[in-house]
Amino acid sequence: MTTITADGHIDDHAHDADHKPAFFQRWFMSTNHKDIGTLYLIFAIVAGIIGGAISGLMRLELAEPGIQYLQAWASISNGSEASLDQAYHLWNVLITAHGLIMVFFMVMPAMIGGFGNWFVPLMIGAPDMAFPRMNNVSFWLLVPALLLLLGSSFVPGGTGNGAGTGWTVYAPLSTSGSIGPAVDMAILSLHLAGASSILGAINFITTIFNMRAPGMTLHKMPLFVWSVLVTAFLLLLSLPVLAAAITMLLTDRNFGTTFYDAAGGGDPVLYQHLFWFFGHPEVYIMILPGFGMISHIISTFSRKPIFGYLGMAYAMVAIGVVGFVVWAHHMFTTSMSVNVKMYFTAATMVIAVPTGIKIFSWIATMWGGSMTFKTPMIWALGFIFMFTIGGVTGVVLANGGIDDNLHDTYYVVAHFHYVLSLGAVFSIFAGFYYWFPKMSGRMYSELLGQLHFWIFFIGVNILFFPQHFLGQQGMPRRYADYPEQFAYWNQISSIGYAVMLVGVLIFFVNIAYAFVAGRRVEGNYWGEGATTLEWTLSSPPPFHQFETLPQIK
Amino acid sequence: MTHFLKAWILAIGLILTPTALSAQEALPAAPVVDPAAASDAESADVPAATEAPASGLDPALYTPMKPTPGIGMPVDGNIDFQEQFSPTGETAHWINNAILAPMMIGVSMLVLFLLFWVVIRFRRGANPEPSKTTHNTFIEIIWTVIPVLILVVIAVPSISLLARQFEPAPEDALTVKVTGYQWYWGYSYPDNGDFEIISNMMSEEDAAARGEPHQLAADNRMVIPVGKPVKLLITAADVIHSFAIPSAWFKLDAVPGRINEKVLQIDREGVYYGQCSELCGARHSFMPITVEVLSEEKFNNWVRANGGTVKGDAEEPAAEVTETAATETTTEIAAADAVAATN
Repeated sequence: MTTITADGHIDDHAHDADHKPAFFQRWFMSTNHKDIGTLYLIFAIVAGIIGGAISGLMRLELAEPGIQYLQAWASISNGSEASLDQAYHLWNVLITAHGLIMVFFMVMPAMIGGFGNWFVPLMIGAPDMAFPRMNNVSFWLLVPALLLLLGSSFVPGGTGNGAGTGWTVYAPLSTSGSIGPAVDMAILSLHLAGASSILGAINFITTIFNMRAPGMTLHKMPLFVWSVLVTAFLLLLSLPVLAAAITMLLTDRNFGTTFYDAAGGGDPVLYQHLFWFFGHPEVYIMILPGFGMISHIISTFSRKPIFGYLGMAYAMVAIGVVGFVVWAHHMFTTSMSVNVKMYFTAATMVIAVPTGIKIFSWIATMWGGSMTFKTPMIWALGFIFMFTIGGVTGVVLANGGIDDNLHDTYYVVAHFHYVLSLGAVFSIFAGFYYWFPKMSGRMYSELLGQLHFWIFFIGVNILFFPQHFLGQQGMPRRYADYPEQFAYWNQISSIGYAVMLVGVLIFFVNIAYAFVAGRRVEGNYWGEGATTLEWTLSSPPPFHQFETLPQIK
Repeated sequence: MTHFLKAWILAIGLILTPTALSAQEALPAAPVVDPAAASDAESADVPAATEAPASGLDPALYTPMKPTPGIGMPVDGNIDFQEQFSPTGETAHWINNAILAPMMIGVSMLVLFLLFWVVIRFRRGANPEPSKTTHNTFIEIIWTVIPVLILVVIAVPSISLLARQFEPAPEDALTVKVTGYQWYWGYSYPDNGDFEIISNMMSEEDAAARGEPHQLAADNRMVIPVGKPVKLLITAADVIHSFAIPSAWFKLDAVPGRINEKVLQIDREGVYYGQCSELCGARHSFMPITVEVLSEEKFNNWVRANGGTVKGDAEEPAAEVTETAATETTTEIAAADAVAATN
């Protein structure tokens, strides 16, 4: 990356730069990218708690064979004694809610809405986002979206209350298979979340293309900004397809159309094509901003510029482009022709190449560096290894012939949790520790941060690694109960959840500690390794920054 | 500080070890009460099994085979794939264990080694002055080209495996039509008089009486002849299901309105279990697949016991059996439908 020397802070202290509006106006009618970023982060934390608690319920139920708790939980949500089928339906509601919440209401708001909003304008030397009011609309669309999704759990959705279709909402289970308003509410929730993301994507693209500080060419742009730019394009191009797909679900459900019903000339597999045309770019949407953050953290704590900056930037572009032409590897068992299956096998494997370039470039960035191991850095190191494991199992799953056995088993669950729960979430934690003092002005406890990492790292590995074994032994996904032959690894996996939970609790203690007793930090608390523009500002930055644009040399 | 960390990790390990141990001991004793089985018992026509495993079919022609423990079913605590009994399954298993697994372990270990190396060699204490290197075209080409080569090595056997999996069944292959219902399977035999077997999950007691694993065992099995390609036509009646047999490397979705075709060949007589592999509603976890693979002769007897026709059989002797068995099959279907309706 190009070394950036900026003097933007010099003229920044205009007399009203730090004048903040009153509480309601500031937080509910906000047009300030930093405040909206903060709202997004708080929203993501709240959603993460809900989604994480749901996974806790699931791991509790799966700890032993047999149904132990589901019926009692279903009775609570029913208000009356639940039948066994309603209990099984509740299971499907839990897996659906966990998936949708973690994808749409935790990872995406944290990465794009939270860190993207906070740091894209800061890094490119802009005073704010291009469309500050639209930015606010983006955020406030998410709130009703989440409420609709949560509310859907309390209205009928077929066998029991709630939408039990899986996050993929496959037809015809989601059409003729789920009578009642729950699935309609879930679909509307996706519409709102999708609209929110499209607006956000338009905002980021416009901001990045038009509001870079003088002298900051695209090839001098920090990698996090590159990653958000690529992500924004993926969002802009993929989400309308999802919107179309789920709109047709709605009309199939309510207005008698038959887009996904073979009896009326439609095709259930059409839905899967449309869904995954969105769904595969979506998984890159969830990880690319993480790539950007990890690059900055590695560079900062190695006190060395990023190795192969252009390769890193264009690897992300390549991942984004190829990500659009591999979707049917999610559908290897739907019976495609042999040629189609061969194509999707080959195309999917190609993604390993730019991903490999990124992994090796991170290592090369550290090579010859002068490394310190502060909390963000150990999260980044953990990220690299975990993402590698998730990546190599991805190469296995890419093979259509091998996937025949692994498809829809716990192997797939383990794979995508290694790249998302351990990839995306590790990068979110890394970014959070990296920038939290910048955002809040206060330093967290280094000890608690390290402790959080090690316990979380051990926990998630105990949690997810055995799931590879379960998958190889044939345990299908989305099962409320399983034969005794799967008991051993399931129990280990549930123990892993408990360990991870301890780590998460330490995280919250650490945040509380920072606000109560954290030391106040200067502008660039990481020292000479941190070279991007946000480090030229105070911590927290003034309410309005870069009123005089910085010059990039 | 590192001491503090170590102490914490040790402490957590110590706390967790007894929990893990005691929980594991408790496992086998944990009563697996599955009330779903109750409704199955109503629908299934399995008479209370006294001593011999009963199937409701003429015992002179067919008695359900007992499964071999560890064959055709998962093994607790195992980390590998299930043992494979189909030609393509053996190849796929080999590709995974001989090519993909070494690739996975090799790449992961390389990255782990490099991480440890840079952490030790280039920590601030060991290397106080960072270098200013920002690129090296040669090494960037290397780490682009070598992964490409590795992928080519993987792609060649993988693509040829795909081609083999798509080889069509021979003209005279037996056809079995598999239909997924919420939440049971139907197997019909169009080449043998088109009788349909309705296959529900067995209750825990029935499974135990037959010596079969609970939640994998179905009351009426899909039966196929050994060592021959069988053409499966797979569809569904309501929502998408997926027909899977892990020990034959077989999985194909059952999509309503589509008939998916795939060849299944199992080279060893025995019982093989699978489970529905596409989310299909409330009882997705409870519609297992049980496949019994028999010699040609025993298979023909099984067909006769179900009132089906075997090529070359005289018409008369089969007639009587057909009638009784046919009514029986009908009642089964009616019962199963009734259960489905009440759900």
